[in-house]
Amino acid sequence: MYAFSFKRAASIEEAAALFKGGDDPQYLAGGQTLIPTLKQRLAAPSDLIEINRIEGLKGIGEEEGAIVIGAGVTHAEVAASDLVRARLPGLAALAGEIGDPQVRHRGTLGGSVANNDPAADYPAGVLALDAEIRTAQRSIPADDYFQGMFETALEEGELITSVAFKVPEKSAYAKFPNPASRYAMVGVYVAKFADGVRVAVTGAGPGVFRVPEIEAALSKDFTEAALAGISVSAEGLNSDLHGSADYRAHLVGVMARRAVAS
Amino acid sequence: MTKVTLTVNGQTVEKDIADNRLLVELLREDVGLTGTHVGCDTSQCGACVVHVNGKAVKSCTMLALEAEGAEVVTIEGLAKEGALHPVQEAFRDHHGLQCGFCTPGMIMSSVDIIRRNPELDEQMVRAELEGNICRCTGYQGIVKAVLAAADVLKKEAV
Repeated sequence: MYAFSFKRAASIEEAAALFKGGDDPQYLAGGQTLIPTLKQRLAAPSDLIEINRIEGLKGIGEEEGAIVIGAGVTHAEVAASDLVRARLPGLAALAGEIGDPQVRHRGTLGGSVANNDPAADYPAGVLALDAEIRTAQRSIPADDYFQGMFETALEEGELITSVAFKVPEKSAYAKFPNPASRYAMVGVYVAKFADGVRVAVTGAGPGVFRVPEIEAALSKDFTEAALAGISVSAEGLNSDLHGSADYRAHLVGVMARRAVAS
Repeated sequence: MTKVTLTVNGQTVEKDIADNRLLVELLREDVGLTGTHVGCDTSQCGACVVHVNGKAVKSCTMLALEAEGAEVVTIEGLAKEGALHPVQEAFRDHHGLQCGFCTPGMIMSSVDIIRRNPELDEQMVRAELEGNICRCTGYQGIVKAVLAAADVLKKEAV
């Protein structure tokens, strides 16, 4: 790791002030992506601002029918939350499948959503559940938030405070993990709302995306059979040593069917 | 250099460290507790697992300064008054190790797994051990040991 200066923020305001005062600062949440990145010397921030102790980023609650999860809530806490398990069992299951138990004890919702790794699980849940990403300044709809590989609508220094998830009639996440890394080769989150179905895919492309043809078919008929004739275009999907774009496109259909079946 | 104060196996530790010191470096090199191992150093293998405030974490993927004020327990902190912890005992009884390199992390993870899951079966143990890798492929014995230790701890709790 390159040298950096470690700063500890006790509040959202203090975190923002520390960020403004830094040369090339970066927030540190659970660190499960950032610390490995620093160890590989792929990043060299001047200041790391620890936001894990900020009370304002913790907590899971219900607000006007939405489930609001603090950005600092860990994957393990989401997976174990009675409220999330009761209202958003698909999201609780997704959180319980991220990384491994030790990573889930540190990694946070806000960290995952801010990083927007193209193979991360949370972006699929956030996008399919039509969530709002709340920052200290504003609220961003998921459809506007994710902007491709590691790119988001966040401004420099803008800190995610919570994510508000809409509660669907039902939803589920199906992931095909890479057999070695366990990252999603393809992960599909299907959410059935009263006014239609939203389907979001992670792992397959340069960033999380929705699949209009699957959404339309499932909105008409929410069954596995409704997806029988649908094929997803491989154009723009990832092609690498783990699998071709065609293979990933095929997996999108398979994982969507598994999500619907579950 | 920044001062860090934390509790390691019940003892207060105070050190002046570089801001980019990892928790595992603090434990091994500054405190001298070399039971916690560094295997892959990329947060995959789990040889470095310790408990921070009661939760199993990978100490190679946490800064020492993030543990400010925390209670850390390492493999050296499990045995009490010379008697092995039931999970350590079970690993010995069920041949849950071959070369032993992964064992400290396996045991720290297993203690955490048993604590979080009052009812365990083989499939759950295998899934929960996802973050720990044994290169001797000794998983059969490890899984047996975790299940046996879970039984012992359950009886002790009654």
